[in-house]
Order: sequence, then C-alpha cells, then structure tokens
Amino acid sequence: MKVESPHVPGRFGPYGGRYVPETLIPALDELVAAWAEARADPAFSEQLAGLQRDYVGRPTPLYLASRLSQRVGRNVYLKREDLAHTGAHKINNALGQVLLAKRMGKPRIIAETGAGQHGVAAATACALLDVECVVYMGSEDIRRQRPNVERMGLLGAEVVPVEAGARTLKEAVSAAIRDWVANVETTHYVIGSVVGPAPFPTLVRDLQRVIGDEARVQALEAEGALPARVIACVGGGSNAIGTFTAFVPDENVALIGVEAAGDGVDTDRHGASLSAGRTSVLHGSMSSVIADDEGQILEAHSISAGLDYPGVGPEHAYLRDTGRAEYVSVTDLEAVSAFRELSRLEGIIPALESSHAIAWLLGQGRSTEPGYDLVCLSGRGDKDLAEVIGLEDA
Amino acid sequence: MPYMMGGFPDPETSIRIANAYADSGADLIELGVPYSDPLADGPVIHEAATSALAAGVRFEDVLEACRAVSGRLPVVLMAYTNMVLGSQGPAAFAERSLAAGACGVIVPDLPLGEDEPTRDLLNSAGLSVVPLIAPTTPEKRQTEICRLAAGFVYVVSTVGTTGERNELPAELQGLVAGVSAEADVPVAVGFGIGTAEQAAEVGRISDGVIIGSKLVRLVADADGGDQAVAAVSRFLEQTRRAMGG
Repeated sequence: MKVESPHVPGRFGPYGGRYVPETLIPALDELVAAWAEARADPAFSEQLAGLQRDYVGRPTPLYLASRLSQRVGRNVYLKREDLAHTGAHKINNALGQVLLAKRMGKPRIIAETGAGQHGVAAATACALLDVECVVYMGSEDIRRQRPNVERMGLLGAEVVPVEAGARTLKEAVSAAIRDWVANVETTHYVIGSVVGPAPFPTLVRDLQRVIGDEARVQALEAEGALPARVIACVGGGSNAIGTFTAFVPDENVALIGVEAAGDGVDTDRHGASLSAGRTSVLHGSMSSVIADDEGQILEAHSISAGLDYPGVGPEHAYLRDTGRAEYVSVTDLEAVSAFRELSRLEGIIPALESSHAIAWLLGQGRSTEPGYDLVCLSGRGDKDLAEVIGLEDA
Repeated sequence: MPYMMGGFPDPETSIRIANAYADSGADLIELGVPYSDPLADGPVIHEAATSALAAGVRFEDVLEACRAVSGRLPVVLMAYTNMVLGSQGPAAFAERSLAAGACGVIVPDLPLGEDEPTRDLLNSAGLSVVPLIAPTTPEKRQTEICRLAAGFVYVVSTVGTTGERNELPAELQGLVAGVSAEADVPVAVGFGIGTAEQAAEVGRISDGVIIGSKLVRLVADADGGDQAVAAVSRFLEQTRRAMGG
C-alpha cells in the first residue's frame, strides 16, 4: 500500500491544522519560517548534532534483549532511549526547540509535562542554554511523579501546579497554551509531543525522527534485514512518530502503536484516543480524541502519566486511517506486569509508558513467525517506582 | 454587548440573566456555549463552563436561553470549533442555532485560513461568522479578515485570554481605528473590559463594547439567582450611564 504524503502544509489528510486563538497565528507563522531557516542552516544542524552526540549520548544503542526474545518467540531489539541524557527520548525534542527559541531571540521558555520527563528535558535544555523555564504540571501528576518535580527544581525551572479538571496532562497543555497566548511576544512554547497546532506536530517529528533513523541503520547492521514489526507506545505519540518515520516507506515493516487501555477501552477510564476516539479538535489540532457526542473532551485515564491524555498527534490518526500503522492497547495491569517482567528478565526498569509496548509484545503480540521485532524503549522507570510500589501496598 | 455563559449558574437563571441583559438596554447578547477546553478564555469563564458542564448543561439548554430572548435583541453565540462540529457537523449547528433565533456565531479557535469550508457553510446558511482580530494580527491579515467579516468584527483588546484588566493598552485606539477603516461592518472590542469607565472609554473609539468575565464573575459570586440577576442589572445600568446611553 502506498501512503501519499499530505499536501496541505500542517495537515495530515483531514487532521492537524491550527485551531487556536487569532493572537497565536503570527507566532505560528514565525515558527514555521524560523524552523525552515534553521534546518537549512548547516551551523544549526552541526550544533544540534554535536550536542546530541556529546551531551545526550546519541546514538543510543540498539540492544538485542535475549531473555525477552525467548519469551516473545523471536528476536526483540530495544532502542534504548532510556539511556539518553535525562532518561527518555524527550530530550531530542526539547534540546532542538530550545536551540531554535534562542535563535528566534525568545528569552523565555514554557513547557507542559505529564510524567515529568518532558519537563525535565525542557528544564535541562534551558539550564544548558541559559534560558528562563516555566513548566506547567497537573497537581495529580506532581503527586505521582515527585522525583521529576524535584529534578526540575534543581535544574532551575519553575514548576507551576495546574488545578483545573483532572489535574493531569490535558490541563497542563491548556495552561501552557493560555500562558503562550498572554506572553507570545517573548515566549516560545516547547510542546512535548507531536500534538498542538501546526507546525508543532511536524517540528517535533523532525526532531524525534533521529530515533528511527538511527534504529533503521543499527537494525540492518545487526540482522541484515529490516524488522518485521516496529513497536512503540502512544500517548501524544512523539516516540512512536520518531521511531516510525524512518520505516514508513518500508511497506513490509508493520508499524504498531500501543495505547493505554487503562481499566479497559470498553470502560470510561482509558487513554486510547485512536482505538476509541472521535474526530475532534484538542489543543489546536484536529485528531482522534476521546470526546462525547457534543464535542466535549472527556478525561483520559492511565496509570502512566505520560499516556494519560485524551488526544493524540494528528499524524497518528492519519497513519491509522491509511492503514499504514496499526494501533492496539494494553491495560494498566498488563503494563505493570510488563514493568516487573522486563526488570527481572533484562535488568532494565522501563518507564510505565514504555512498559505498554513491552506488555503488548508479551501478550497479544507474541509471535514465532520469521523475522524480528524492534521496540522503542522510550524511557527509564525510576520515576515510576513510587507508583508501582504503592500498588503493592494498596 | 454583554456576554453570558449559557446554562450558568443553571439553565433557568441563565434565561433570567438573558432577559435582564435585554431589560438593561443591551444592544446584543453574546451567548457562550460551555466547552470543556476553552483555550481563549481566562479562569472566570473557564470555571463557569466547567461548572455548567458538570451540572449536565448541553447545547440544547443554551439554545433554550437563545429562544427566550432572540425576539427582543440579536443573539450571537460564542462557540468553540468542537461545539460547531458536534456529532452532526456545522450544517446542523447552523440550522439549530438559526431556528433558536441566533444571528451569528463567534468561533474563537477558528482563525482565518483554518477550515474555510466550515466558515463558508455557516455564513451561507445565514449564521454570520464574526471574526476576531488580535493586537498581534499583521495589517495585511487584518485587511483580509475585514473582507471576510460578517455581522461585525471582534477586536481583541489585549494579548492574552479573556478576563478583567486594570488597564487597557495604549495601542488599542490605533488598532481599532485601523480596523474601522478597513471594515464595512461595525467594530466591537472585547477582552479585559471590566469597569463602566473602561466601557465608556472603549465606547468612544468603537461601535460596540463586549463585557464578559466581569459579568460572569458577578453571577458566580452571587448568592442565588435573584442576587445574580440584580448584580448584572446594576452593573449594566452603571455601564450604560457611563457610556451616556
């Protein structure tokens, strides 16, 4: 099957766009121009590549997880984004965007965070590049991701608790957008995923595609052939898009995104916006969103703060509709069980987000067909210890 | 041009508030459709929407308030894109709104260049889409927005979300004058206007003054429906006097 690339800038088929207050339109136009100019400038690319190598530790390894492979039935390679500086793929995007903001002359950065990984990445990039940083975070997430809150403080960022709604990622994004509307002339909004108004879904994809670009070369080197399946967890969907992009033209490689089923997609407590959403606008773009019949956005639920979001990047909705990618989901319980299992099998404690991808492989995704699998291990799980240990005590 | 949140603090009181606006000599009512994620709104209107939705208010309740007063004065809905799309699409939204007597709609997250088919569909159905111009809008874009405007042009006074401000920016007069020169329709100003004096000041430079968060706050702070109606009536009468009407 051939997937046409979208023709309208900022649109992925019917999805994407810029559903934002008029006040922001000039800033989005400015961002489009600044990013085009930065990408075309060899000095910018060199600076970013240098930092990725010496500061972030790229390329991250592609690791053949032997004991996990035995369980699954065939070889499984983990793309070790958990080994990137700050412990997750989020730094790829944060560093690129803060560099871009400096180039645009914006002295202030705002960001939102759910699990805290993007907040830490943004705070890290801002410390490195000496820029003011304000991070919006739902107070429920502040509770369940305490270590990351403390890390952001150490890095010099101001963490602003958001009390609206369910006090999680959706409200943190809304609060950040409202701040941006009010301070747009001096501030750049470093959005953490492939969501939001255009050009953010494209900009973040461009910065995250390094994951798949590296992994494709490493996989070919290791196995002499492309993987049968490429698997990644999907909340907003940045590690998944980052991993998938290099493989999209490889028609024989199946792309599988694993969403959070929470208590189950047939309940009203899940985060599976692609499996159980409807076409709606959230945070400035049209996508597949968990919403009611009048268009009101509903609360998502996932044990993993990073997947606890009722929307998803518009490009994922497009990849779903065109059939190029397939989206599945696993429950909180399955994810926690995979969290423990990978820790024991491989000595790798995965983030609860990434545990969803592992859980699918260990469950519905087991396969003894020829070929091998490649999984994006998007982050490490230190931040989740309290949450998982709390479950044991409960 | 007072704003109110449909169905807030409850559907019955919101109808009384709409009538109180008409009694106080309002020229037009801007009737908000509660939405879960209103990105252009500050905390006061956001909380009112959240509270209305938590109480089970639906679009039909808002239309009920519209029907109650649309014979007395023009009603323009303020609805985010998701509300316009709903489950049945913009044509159904236009049909239901027109049947309830609304004459226009403000869609704060549908800027020029975004989803023009939706805008065209609403306009051609007879529901005027009132566009917004912000202080950050470049001049060329202002001209284009004025060209497409139906009903009136809504000038956003300050950079930011809705909510009362102590002072309005000095550049406002120039912005309004520029837009007025381009637009064939009236020019109204909103965002940040929270006192009768500010309303009078803006009234001198524009064709209409929109007051939102201040009125919603009066309703939110009131102890029961009677107090809410009395508070908004009192404020609108003061405003009318200050504006010399």
